Amino acid sequence: MDVERIFFFVTAGVAAVSAILTVTRRNPVESVLFLVLNFFCLALLYLTLHAEFLAIIQILVYAGAIMVLFLFVIMLLNLGNDESLRERSGPARVVGLSVALVVLAQLAMLLTREAPAPGAALPAGFGTAEEFGAMLFREYLVPFEMTSILLLAALVGVVVLAKKKLE
Amino acid sequence: MPPGTPLEYYLILSAVMFVTGAAGVILRRNAIVIFMSIELMLNSVNLTLVAYAHHLADHAGQILVFFVMAIAAAEAAIGLAIVIALFRNKQTVQVDEINVMKW
Repeated sequence: MDVERIFFFVTAGVAAVSAILTVTRRNPVESVLFLVLNFFCLALLYLTLHAEFLAIIQILVYAGAIMVLFLFVIMLLNLGNDESLRERSGPARVVGLSVALVVLAQLAMLLTREAPAPGAALPAGFGTAEEFGAMLFREYLVPFEMTSILLLAALVGVVVLAKKKLE
Repeated sequence: MPPGTPLEYYLILSAVMFVTGAAGVILRRNAIVIFMSIELMLNSVNLTLVAYAHHLADHAGQILVFFVMAIAAAEAAIGLAIVIALFRNKQTVQVDEINVMKW
């Protein structure tokens, strides 16, 4: 096995295990930390896929901003205590796990299909901030501007929701 | 496509992460952990998009990931604001104790 393959297996293994631990840990603080680990592994995988800009954004925005927001809310609400973390039991667990297995079976069936033919060789500078920005501002300018409206709406919504009294 | 790890490996990892997140949404009762499971599912889809962008040598997948991240940031902010508002009124984040919209 070459180095690249070994790197993939180690990173993917850590990503999968940390994803499972995120869902199964009872303490939400531990869940957040495992999720951050998962996002770091994804950033490494993005690097192997020539998505350098997205790898940086993944760490800055996801592992940085969003997960700190989660951690902040958990600390603010003081949710670290375990006795308030009773989980689902009995039938609900069986139903949930079987739904998950059905979804996994469907995805596995999709994987047996043949992948589309690979594209031509990667263009120079594929995935760098320069190429990415040129593409974003030339061909996807309207969606980009709409995203700013969406973020503004989210901002106003959060301020309204987080106010003490709704009038 | 340069030699390296085949596309299928990335897709399998993505499928495993997606199913883990889906199971988390169904099984967990803590609203914040449910939000984290949703983030996990979004990220697994992002991995698929980046893998295909590389496979097809097409930037469109990466642009889509960029927009998914923007939506996820908005979703996380709104969701956590809702959780805070709920906690202020109900003193709980367990979703099965929050049933004011159920009946």
